[in-house]
Amino acid sequence: MPIAKVNGVEVEFEPGMTVLQVAELAGEEIPRFCYHERLSIAGNCRMCLVEVKPGPPKPQASCALPAAEGNEIFTNTPMVKKAREGVMEFLLLNHPLDCPICDQGGECDLQDQSVGYGRDDSRYGGDKRAVEEKAMGPLIKTVMTRCIQCTRCVRFITEVAGVPDIGLISRGEDVEITTYLGKAVASELSANVIDLCPVGALTSKPYAFNARPWELKKTESVDVMDALGSAIRVDSRGAAVLRVLPRLNEEINEEWISDKTRYAVDGLGRQRLDRPYIREAGKLRPASWAEALSLVAEKLKGAQPDKIGAIAGDLQDLESMKATKDLFSALGVANLDCRQDGMALGAGPRESWLFNSTIAGIEDADVILLVGTNPRVEAPVLNARLRKRWLAGALTIGVIGEQADLTYGYEYLGAGPATLSGLAKSKSEFVKALKAAKSPAIILGAGALGRADGAAVTAAAAGVAKTFNMTWNVLHSAAARVGGLDLGFIPGEDGKSASDMVAKGALDVLFLLGADELDLSKSTAFTVYLGTHGDAGAHKADVILPGAAYTEKDGLYVNTEGRVQMGQKAVFPKGEAREDWSILRALSERVGQTLPYDTLAQLRAKLFADHPVLGRVDHAPSGAMVDLGAIGDKGELSDQPFANAVKAFYLTNPVARASVTMAECAAQASGAAMIAAE
Amino acid sequence: MVGILEDKDRIFTNLYGLHDWGLEGAKARGCWNATREMLAQTPEWICEQIKDSGLRGRGGGGFPTGLKWTFMPKQESERPHYLVVNADESEPGACKDREIIRNDPHLLIEGCLIASYAIRAHTAYIYVRGEYVHERERLEAAIKQAYEAKLIGKNNVHGWDFDLFVHHGAGAYICGDETALMESLEGKKGQPRLKPPFPAGAGIYGAPTTINNVESIAVVGSILRRGAGWFSGFGRPKNSGIKLMAASGHVNKPCVVEETMSIPMRQLIEEHFGGVRGGWGNLKAVIPGGISMRMIPAAEAEEALMDFDDLAARRSGLGTATMIVMDKDADLVKAIARASYFYKHESCGQCTPCREGTGWMWRIMERMATGEAEMKEIDMLLDVASQVEGHTICGLGDAAAWPIQGLFRHFRHEVEERITNYRAGKPHVQGATLRAAE
Repeated sequence: MPIAKVNGVEVEFEPGMTVLQVAELAGEEIPRFCYHERLSIAGNCRMCLVEVKPGPPKPQASCALPAAEGNEIFTNTPMVKKAREGVMEFLLLNHPLDCPICDQGGECDLQDQSVGYGRDDSRYGGDKRAVEEKAMGPLIKTVMTRCIQCTRCVRFITEVAGVPDIGLISRGEDVEITTYLGKAVASELSANVIDLCPVGALTSKPYAFNARPWELKKTESVDVMDALGSAIRVDSRGAAVLRVLPRLNEEINEEWISDKTRYAVDGLGRQRLDRPYIREAGKLRPASWAEALSLVAEKLKGAQPDKIGAIAGDLQDLESMKATKDLFSALGVANLDCRQDGMALGAGPRESWLFNSTIAGIEDADVILLVGTNPRVEAPVLNARLRKRWLAGALTIGVIGEQADLTYGYEYLGAGPATLSGLAKSKSEFVKALKAAKSPAIILGAGALGRADGAAVTAAAAGVAKTFNMTWNVLHSAAARVGGLDLGFIPGEDGKSASDMVAKGALDVLFLLGADELDLSKSTAFTVYLGTHGDAGAHKADVILPGAAYTEKDGLYVNTEGRVQMGQKAVFPKGEAREDWSILRALSERVGQTLPYDTLAQLRAKLFADHPVLGRVDHAPSGAMVDLGAIGDKGELSDQPFANAVKAFYLTNPVARASVTMAECAAQASGAAMIAAE
Repeated sequence: MVGILEDKDRIFTNLYGLHDWGLEGAKARGCWNATREMLAQTPEWICEQIKDSGLRGRGGGGFPTGLKWTFMPKQESERPHYLVVNADESEPGACKDREIIRNDPHLLIEGCLIASYAIRAHTAYIYVRGEYVHERERLEAAIKQAYEAKLIGKNNVHGWDFDLFVHHGAGAYICGDETALMESLEGKKGQPRLKPPFPAGAGIYGAPTTINNVESIAVVGSILRRGAGWFSGFGRPKNSGIKLMAASGHVNKPCVVEETMSIPMRQLIEEHFGGVRGGWGNLKAVIPGGISMRMIPAAEAEEALMDFDDLAARRSGLGTATMIVMDKDADLVKAIARASYFYKHESCGQCTPCREGTGWMWRIMERMATGEAEMKEIDMLLDVASQVEGHTICGLGDAAAWPIQGLFRHFRHEVEERITNYRAGKPHVQGATLRAAE
């Protein structure tokens, strides 16, 4: 490996590294604004100037300069110091210095670096430039006078998010960052520009003037808005979750999160079930825990096991599903289901419902077939990774299902199961690429699985995967789904599925564990709802048991790769609400089937004992060979086209539906759609 | 005889548009003569000839043209090679390329063909400045003639398939920078690219590209016809050749003229441009290249030679050899303030020092011009200029700093005098601005 000297110290570096990276290898901090590891190099802020020998006798932008064998890099000479001071002075010429009223204060690169590398005063005595605010939609607040034109936001939106909505217009000192014609940024990842912005030009609109960073308690946790389990940091103050930020996790979300992950949290403070309720004469009335639990126990004891059913929702942690399953199994109930959409998976080997390529591993694929999925709305962060892979070149993507703008090019093969089953015989360019592929992958979405003919579609897809030797990937859209399937939270022998359970007269007692995505209008059962929000389940419920949302409990979640991750409690549950597993534990005592655990630790110990595969936290199984022949059931395929599982991206779960911000985003998105249609 | 260059040695024999600019006229003047024989040689031979001729880039940089051509890959890969001719002549004061395009367009077209062959390119673009509407029309007409005569195009008489396109810019000065020009040519916003990669490695559309000035390309045919030795016989070593030179400002006969390199500046002004208005003694300063070169005072102009090295030694530069002459009536400070406004206006805004620094420098210069500025602001201005110079992506930052540095190097006392005079009798002015700012 080549060797360079940084301030006289020899460093070995990999060929292709830039001077900035080499200096960092040597432990030298290089100030920067425009440079970002995951974006293209712009080299325009000029803050990273260093002295490099051999070279011209002037400072060089280290972010853009490839390091070479024998380079002598200096980061502490008078020339470098003066250059940095000069650039910092220029940056501050037209910066308003309104830090006391700026939301970026305390986490501002400009603030930090001006302390570290700037002059102590400015020699500029003139007027400062003022720039008009820009409309960027309901999430991004702009104070463009603070902008230093680093173009990180432009590069993120065009490169990573893949929509050409933000740009740098005009020139000279009149340059402005703007959305073209004041349009809202039409990307599910748009709010990442807020994190990227090194100054307070782009800040969070819903969080505006809410808190200072040093006032917040930071809790590292896991997201449940989609099935990726992105790494997040929950910032809370007192009882309120104020914001969610991404954490770095190279294997899942790199450092991006979707707008829903970031902004649905205001829904945690609205429409909350904060005390037990009992329905009397058609109206819910507040009740005590003892009263509510006794009533549920009485109903459960009075019903036949085959007339009792439990359905787990999409945001549930493993522990609550485990406790529910243990309790109802003890009662002899076989009517269990965690698949509200009725997806035909859960019977075969574990690999059959996993994303076996792994999220990071999908970058190794050279041909990808998307079936019945729109990753852009089902898992925006994964979509960004697919786009990144596509930009790198030598990737062919085929789509069967809805023809949507995925932000990358693909070959559209067809809309429904017929295309899928006929693929092996097709002579399209895509099939040619598939035959020549070294590591092809199929990604099956919930839209293909959650259908009446789901089992047959699964079998057909498995057949295609087998023919072309593709890696089998299922992209779930519910955070709890893989966990539920792993626990075997599916109908037992002669058990009813979720859709059968809500049919008229099917059950006497229906227990909903945060299940809100079902049509309950036909059900005549006595309905118990354990959950967090006054959503579909609570509207139908006869008894409401208030539970804890994902930020209010320690919980395990399994993402679509089969990776078990640990969520942490950031705040306490609202009002009288309790953590879900403890409610079930209390209930079990009243029905005479006391669950064998008194603490969460004991519950987890039991969980890991019963399901050893779940005991390996933060590990994604991969490379396991799937017996593709055993997946799905042969059967009649309907000719109905695949529909995407996610109809309205911003409103997919009870938390998001309670969120004002998400409602605004949804209105924006549909309004934009209406204008486009006109 | 006027000047040094004899008529028999002139390349641009229709510089003043007295004769037919079209194909027939050009052929009569020797253009397109023996082009086929030149292309029968190897590209290496042509590069070697141009190297031997000592031709240095005529766009102001002065980089040896033949050497630049040899940076191109020796074999064409799947990425085609391109020649781009920079006809975005936007520097205030510069107007030499315009005369070539107007009156001798076929010399340029012939040069494009030869240069493209030398760098193994089958396609060339000429990027014409936005304001050059008539010039672009003339050039397009000449290219049409060349196509019709099968001098260029597919299966042309020279046996080297070659397409030539004219691209009309939109009038931004920054698009004269080679990398910004490539961006603009690709249809993007004209903002300079980072170097490396250099154009010879990845230029337009990511393909190997050579960019040359109009004059550099237009003289190629004549050099090959007459021999490298003929061309290198003019001027001093390392500064050889013939060059278009021009003067504007306070001379009696401003014009463009073809002369040998290294001609004494005084001889050039006196013999070709009719002398300084009011006589040589009335000369105050000369900006030798376009406006971006540092000015030199009359005393130095007396001894200066019009070539790269002599003017560089005088802390100025030849630039495009289109000088701006200012006599004692000229308000140098105001002139440089206007130049600063130009650079502030034309900055692309991409990188920090230029975006913020050009505006700052202009605002100070405006106050210097009226005398309102503080005395201590002079040193601050020079410091700001040094913070811009050399810290930017492209050369515009340097170009904005140099005129100011040139002014203060030779005429600092004038600015100081102006500030003092402004303050005389105005005691309330002293220090007022700065105190308010502090």
